[in-house]
Amino acid sequence: MKGQRRIVTHVGLILFGIVMVYPLIWLLSSSFKSTLEILSSNSLWPHVFSAEGFAKGWRGEGRPGFGLFVVNSMLLTVPTVLLTVISGVLVGYGFSRFEFPFRKPLFGLMIGTILLPNTVLLIPRYLIFRNIGAIDSYFPFWITAAAGVPFFIFMFAQFFRGIPRSLDESAYMDGCGSFRILVSILVPLLQPAIFSAAIFQFIWTWSDFFQPLIYISSVSKFPVALGLRLSIDSMGIPPWNQIAAMSLVSMLPPIIIFFTAQKYFVEGIVTTGLKG
Amino acid sequence: MKTLGRHHYVGLLYISPWVIGFIALTLIPFISTIAFSFTDYSVLRPPRFVGIKNFVTMFAEDDLFPKSLEVTSIYVLVSVPLKLAFALLVAMILNQKLRGIGTYRTIYYLPSIFGGSVALSILWRMLFMGNGLVNRMLAIFSIQGPEWLGDARFSLLTISLLQVWQFGSAMVLFLAGLKQVPDFLYEAARIDGAGRFRIFMTITFPLITPILFFNLIMQTINAFQTFTAAFVVTSGGPLHSTYLYALLLYDNAFRYFKMGYASALAWFLFVVLLAVTSLVFRSSPYWLHYMESEH
Repeated sequence: MKGQRRIVTHVGLILFGIVMVYPLIWLLSSSFKSTLEILSSNSLWPHVFSAEGFAKGWRGEGRPGFGLFVVNSMLLTVPTVLLTVISGVLVGYGFSRFEFPFRKPLFGLMIGTILLPNTVLLIPRYLIFRNIGAIDSYFPFWITAAAGVPFFIFMFAQFFRGIPRSLDESAYMDGCGSFRILVSILVPLLQPAIFSAAIFQFIWTWSDFFQPLIYISSVSKFPVALGLRLSIDSMGIPPWNQIAAMSLVSMLPPIIIFFTAQKYFVEGIVTTGLKG
Repeated sequence: MKTLGRHHYVGLLYISPWVIGFIALTLIPFISTIAFSFTDYSVLRPPRFVGIKNFVTMFAEDDLFPKSLEVTSIYVLVSVPLKLAFALLVAMILNQKLRGIGTYRTIYYLPSIFGGSVALSILWRMLFMGNGLVNRMLAIFSIQGPEWLGDARFSLLTISLLQVWQFGSAMVLFLAGLKQVPDFLYEAARIDGAGRFRIFMTITFPLITPILFFNLIMQTINAFQTFTAAFVVTSGGPLHSTYLYALLLYDNAFRYFKMGYASALAWFLFVVLLAVTSLVFRSSPYWLHYMESEH
């Protein structure tokens, strides 16, 4: 009896899993079909395997090639991730290991800004960056990351609290400065948190569409999100095979990171509990 | 803490990036949004004070404002509860002592890693367009599928489904919460002869309400600001049936360059979110339980 119910549960979970990932698998198969076949065949397996979608989509035909968008996305994302981690560690350290006036209210304020909808700050931020001539560059993304992303500061502060204070205290007795304690003792212990933060910030920044849409105007600086949209705005019947192939390419970095660093994902979600 | 405590101001130095960033990129913009909302500001010319004109336009003249508010409310009310119900249901099934839980969790979480990406929106368009995969699948069962994206009755639902599909993060959180429920509670209930539904209502549900509370607030705030799906899949149409608030805001600010009016819209959204969040907070004593003995 019990064994039977278990099998039923497994069958249910597997069927549900298929429904969940079917769209993604279909996208994968569509990238190897011709546009005509995408629009006419239900078969998951392409009749004729063709790499045309990848080749033409990558080259771009009449607009910059997709490779440029990938490079741009990297230029936008990688410094953003690094700066997010550095500022998150520093500020998290400050909040969790030191006593200074207004520490508690400031920390509360910082948490409060996590709940503050970004939309409210959008227009003045745009105007500020416009006034300092930083529009149509990745500067707004980098500077926002360098100023500390509250969500990640909170995450690092939580992790710091989990590390016993006796560790830094004994180093302090030995005459270590606070920055050396951070770099040589705490950062190595903080590695899981650093990975989690880097991973989340990477996939969010990589996929972000709204902010690049506002800040980036020249096609030569487009990240993949904007490049992809360019491709579906073309006239006539959209070349769906190219669009599918390039969508897939744009999804590869998050997918690779997800499957290689899975345990940091779950850890990151559970310790901070945020986002989705 | 005592020893490092002497370094009072070093702590301030460490948090200084955030303090500076907070003042320049949060506090000043926040105040500016309020100030701009009383002006006529087109970027090209300096802002001109117009009193409450923007708010009059909002409530009395702009037909798209109430429309967008309606669309957004429906979207939030449909997608958030559906997403959370799915997340909780799946988490509960996964919480049994089954083999391969990790694999299932990975698969169900997969769509969530792409967030509000353009690629997923494109995929959604390919799946739900008139001759898309969904309708061709329905045709196999001789069902004539509707124009999911072209028919104002179905477009918003189709957009909501994309949100529901990404229930992964909420699910992982619920799952972590369910693992915290001590086994002896279930055993005691079973010995007392409680049925599954009874166990859910009296043990499981009360004990995960803190996570439900948290998920509810975060998902609601996110849902109110959804942009990519509606912008890329349906461009807010047809007949503005998917004209979410973020689209209204984007159009006014960056298409028509009515920065003053857009600031008023942003400010209104903030007030709505504040009201909704505080409503959830206020109502929480009636349904939120914390485990009494911390272990």
